[in-house]
Parts: sequence; C-alpha cells; structure tokens
Amino acid sequence: MSVTYLEAIRAAQERALTDDPRVFIYGQDVGSFGGAFKATKNLAAKFPGRVVDSPISEDAMVGLAIGAAIEGARPIIEMQFADFSTAGLNQIVNQAATLYYRTDIPCSLVIRLPCGGTVGGGPFHSQSMEAIYSHYPGLVVMTPATVEDAYSMLLEAIAIDDPVIFCEHKLLYYHLKADKLPDLAMPAGKARIARAGRDATVVTYSAMLHESLQAAEDLVEEGWQIEVIDLRTVKPLDTDTVLASVARTGRLLVVGEAWPWGGVSAEVIARVATEGFGLLDAAPVRLNAKDTPVPYHPDLWAAHRPTASAVAARLRQLLTQ
Amino acid sequence: MLTAVKEMSAGASDPSLDPELIVQAFRTMLRARVQEDKLASLYRAGMIKGGVFLGKGQEALSVACGIFLRRPGDIFGPCIRDQAGRLAFGDTALDTLRTYFGSAQGPMRGRDGNIHRGVPREGYFAMISHLGSMIAVVCGALYARRLRGETGMVGVSVLGDGGTSTGAFHEAVNLAAVEKLPLVMVVANNQYAYSTPNSRQFACADLLDKAPGYGMAGHKADGTDLFSCLETLGRAVQAAREGHGPQLVVANLLRLVGHGEHDDAGYVDPRLRESNVGRDCLEVAAQLLIANDLTTAEEIAAWTVEAQTEVDQALSIAQREKGPDPNKEDWHAISTPHLVDGHFDEDNE
Repeated sequence: MSVTYLEAIRAAQERALTDDPRVFIYGQDVGSFGGAFKATKNLAAKFPGRVVDSPISEDAMVGLAIGAAIEGARPIIEMQFADFSTAGLNQIVNQAATLYYRTDIPCSLVIRLPCGGTVGGGPFHSQSMEAIYSHYPGLVVMTPATVEDAYSMLLEAIAIDDPVIFCEHKLLYYHLKADKLPDLAMPAGKARIARAGRDATVVTYSAMLHESLQAAEDLVEEGWQIEVIDLRTVKPLDTDTVLASVARTGRLLVVGEAWPWGGVSAEVIARVATEGFGLLDAAPVRLNAKDTPVPYHPDLWAAHRPTASAVAARLRQLLTQ
Repeated sequence: MLTAVKEMSAGASDPSLDPELIVQAFRTMLRARVQEDKLASLYRAGMIKGGVFLGKGQEALSVACGIFLRRPGDIFGPCIRDQAGRLAFGDTALDTLRTYFGSAQGPMRGRDGNIHRGVPREGYFAMISHLGSMIAVVCGALYARRLRGETGMVGVSVLGDGGTSTGAFHEAVNLAAVEKLPLVMVVANNQYAYSTPNSRQFACADLLDKAPGYGMAGHKADGTDLFSCLETLGRAVQAAREGHGPQLVVANLLRLVGHGEHDDAGYVDPRLRESNVGRDCLEVAAQLLIANDLTTAEEIAAWTVEAQTEVDQALSIAQREKGPDPNKEDWHAISTPHLVDGHFDEDNE
C-alpha cells in the first residue's frame, strides 16, 4: 500500500473538508469531474455544495475566496495550472496579500498552484511562480517536495489564518510515492536537511530536491559528500538552517526550477553573502532554468531546466574552486 | 420637477418612498456634501496628504446604495464617490477624517487612507484601487453566508462607468449570475472615467444593455433625482434579498467635481453641465422635499449647520490624534507568528 503526492493532496483536502465545515473548494472542473489532475476526485459527491466548479475567471475566483475568508470561511482555490494564476494576480497580490495589514483581518485562503515543468507542457503549462508571490508581502509560499509535506503542509496551509500560495509540482503528482501518510508533521517555515554532507551545501525545494539528491548520490563515488537542504517553504525562508549548513560545508549551490532573474535562489545567496560571507570558502553559485519561456520539445525542455547531471556538473566546479 | 412629485405621490404606498426614509436620505446627502466640502478646503489648505476624491453630484445615488442595507447583516462595497452611502451604512465623520489624517485610531490605523476605509468584519468593505476587483469580494462574502445556510442578506457593490470596462467587472458579474448571488451591482455612470468620456469607454447604447447579456435583472435610475434613486435601489435590493439573483442598476449623473481635488475637470462638455444630467442632485432633492412639504428651507439651513457642527467636532478630535508610531509597528504583513520571515525583523530593530 502506497500513497502518491497527488493522493496526499487529495487526502489532505478530504480531511480538511471532514474536520472543518468552514472549508470549501472552488475551481475550474473541480466538481464531479474531480479536477484536471484529479486532485478533488470524489470530493464533490462526498461533500455536496462544498466542492464547486467555477467559471473560467481566475480574478473572480480569488476575489470570491477573499470575500468568503473575510466572512470566516476557509476557501481552497484550485488554479488549473499555476501559469493561469497570473489572470488572478491582482486579487492575490493586491487584495488577499494586503488585507491583514490594511484591515487587521487575516485572509484565510489557500491557492493551490499545479506548477513546474512536465514533458510537452510548453510555455503556459510549466511555470514556477513562487518568486512572484514571495516578492509580495502578506503571502506564505509553500513548495512541498515530498508526499509527507504535500499532505501535512496543505493541512497547515488550510489551518493557518493567512493566505497561502501552495505550489505543488505536477512532475511529482503520480510518480512520487510514500508508504503512508505521515502521523507527525514538521511545521511549515522550517527547512529540512534531506541529506547530510560535509563538502558542499545544495539548497533547493520542490521537484529540484529530487534532482539534487540524485546529483549528491552520483558524486559519492567521486568521494564527495553533499548536504542537501529542502527549503519546504520559500516564504518565510529558513535562513538559519541554510547558514548552519554553510558553516559546516563552506560551499553553497542553490538550485531552482524557476527563472534565474531574482527569485528564491537569488534571495538565498543574498542572505548567505550578507550574513555568512565569512563562512564561504568559494563564491556561492546558483542553478536555475534558462532565461527563456519554458520550451515545448522534450529535448529543449530537458536542457532548459536543471537536471541531476547539471547539478552534479555545477557541484564539481564549485568543489574544485 | 413636477414629474418627480407626481411619481412620488403615485408611489405613496412604496416603502422606499416612505417620508421618514426620504428625509433621512436627504439629511445624509447633506452631511456627505458638508463633510466633503470640508475635505476639499482641508486639501486646498495643504492639511491632507495624498489625494482627496469627492462625490459631489452623486449623493442621491450613493445614499440610496447604503440606506436599504442592514448592519450587521448585509455587505456594502462602496466605490470612490460614496461618502453618502458610507454614512447611510453607518460610517461617521470622525472615521472619515481619521482616515484622511492617518490617525492611529481610525479604522485603517494610518496604513491606508482616504476612500480606502472600511470595517470588513461588519460587512463594510475597504476598497482597493483596482476598479472592479471589489465586486467578486462582495460576491464571496455572500457565497460564504449562503454556504452557512443564511438567507435574506444582500450585497451592494458600486462602480463607475469606467470600471465596467475592466475584466474584473465582467468576471465578477458573470460569476454572481452563475451563482445566483444576492448582489446589487450599481453603476454610477458619471459620464467620465477621470477624463475619458463614455464614447471611449463602451460602445453599447446603454450600460443597462449588459444586464440581459449576463442574465441579470436591470434597473435604470435618474441619478440626479433622489426619489428615482430610492425607488430603484429599494426595488433592486428587495429583489436580491428575496432570492431573485443579481440585479444591475445603472444611473446617469455627472460628477460635479474633478476626479480628485487636484483635477479641475476642464474636459467636461459644458453642454452636459447644462443638461438634465448635470443637475445638482442635492439642490433637486431640496426642492422636491420642500415642494412635498417634507421640510422647509429653514429646516434645511438648520440641518446644514448641524452637519457643519458634526464635521467641525470630528475635525477637532481627528486633528489632535496621533498618527501611528513607526517605531512601535511590528512591520508584519501576516498574522501567523511562526511564518513571519524573521530575516527582515532584524532590519526593523
């Protein structure tokens, strides 16, 4: 018996709907169809009137969730693809993200973003949006990389009073499996040492965790021990765990699937350079997707995003500096 | 004028034209006008930081948007020119001035200003600047209440002619119709969006034509005529409250001031000013009330003095109050302590 990353997301929503009458799900095709990725399969039948198909209106979907949150509800908005959330960007960043600061009323909603690249996804079904949402004050941005985190962090996202951008990676939906759902949860906002090492630190999150872990494994035969940190939540960013690791290894590589300009990798490096400059034995480096739209052809896509071999290659450079 | 008097007597049994309600509406319009005149003079004296955006000429429609709502119980999402509607929904001269002055004791605590004020927990929503985006938020509040099993509530959202061109308007109004929400969508067609005339904003003959396209009931009001506004909003609010789905109200009027007090509105066609749509709704209402023996010129003068006293007293309080202390702010934009990014806290110390 095993559970996939996608099943964990469905299970978390089912549990939240069961435990908390304030929770409802609103999104395109989430009702009897069960969602484009089946993340809400069977939920509409089990919770009548609480898992509802929306019109294709990302702005109004998020606006509705904000109004419902003001009234004390706990809406979950499913964006069909993270890419489409830009059509609701204004409501997310100017309304949901500012509500608590302006009015003292927390905006208790979750926006689920199926994000990241998959084979053949192309420019508009592949994007990683965490940097944009992290830039705006007032949002929590979660990027679970494991089945356990997909489950426990989504439950926490629904439970907390603030707006959460929940970035779930589509590449992990069906293939990433765990033996069972977790009984104990590590709280959001804390990074996790996914693999201990002594020679260099890789800071990463979401699907890039698995590329980075593979790279670390590949470098074992070359005699390197790589520490891999899974940020889990990119806003807030757990700087302490990163700095403590860099203090041990002296070298830092940050890996993200998002575009290179600004963003999570730039933020991690800025913090380490500012607060941990003396800990570094070499200049910190980052590895991101290329600075173009996400391409369609599998060969182009494979070269566009960081892969385990690209991570390993960059690490070899870093380790011999 | 005679037409309106006739309409009034014909509608004598209409509860929206109850004499007490008419007088209350008129006095609220008057208070809004007096308060906004004060805001304009404070702005000219350099005593208000940021913009001042007034609703002169729109008070009749605005008061009608707020006066039929219950607080608590209903939702009001006012727009820029709704001082009268805000007062009708329970806002005060004091909180108005506190917000303009950025008082720490105002509802926005100096964190937002002027027309961006509200008490969301009490159904009084604080608009953001992006036109059209409050409509879906009003819809969401109604949706959540219905989910809890509540009935009989209504939400009023107000927008101008320019706001109807936004995608947010289209999405939210369509959603309200699909979800059959008790929304009253009021469009104050004041002929110009900032400087842009109707002809550059939409190409349909009348904004009311949009109602059947969305599957909504449509209502037309004369925005310069208090009786028409009260009768129309009374009908629309009642229909929404009784479960007949969203209602679109369009009223023609003219903004008798600039977009903000920085704007002399030199772009307004003088012919519009001289036409029926350019009438001052407050003067029209005063004449109507006097002609219908609901008040006298002397009583209106006394009410005006009363309104001036109200705003002067509020001003003396708000002016003395302190603004927020930057050194006492926690500078946190979220409420969950363990999810605040502590990295930036060090910069705040």
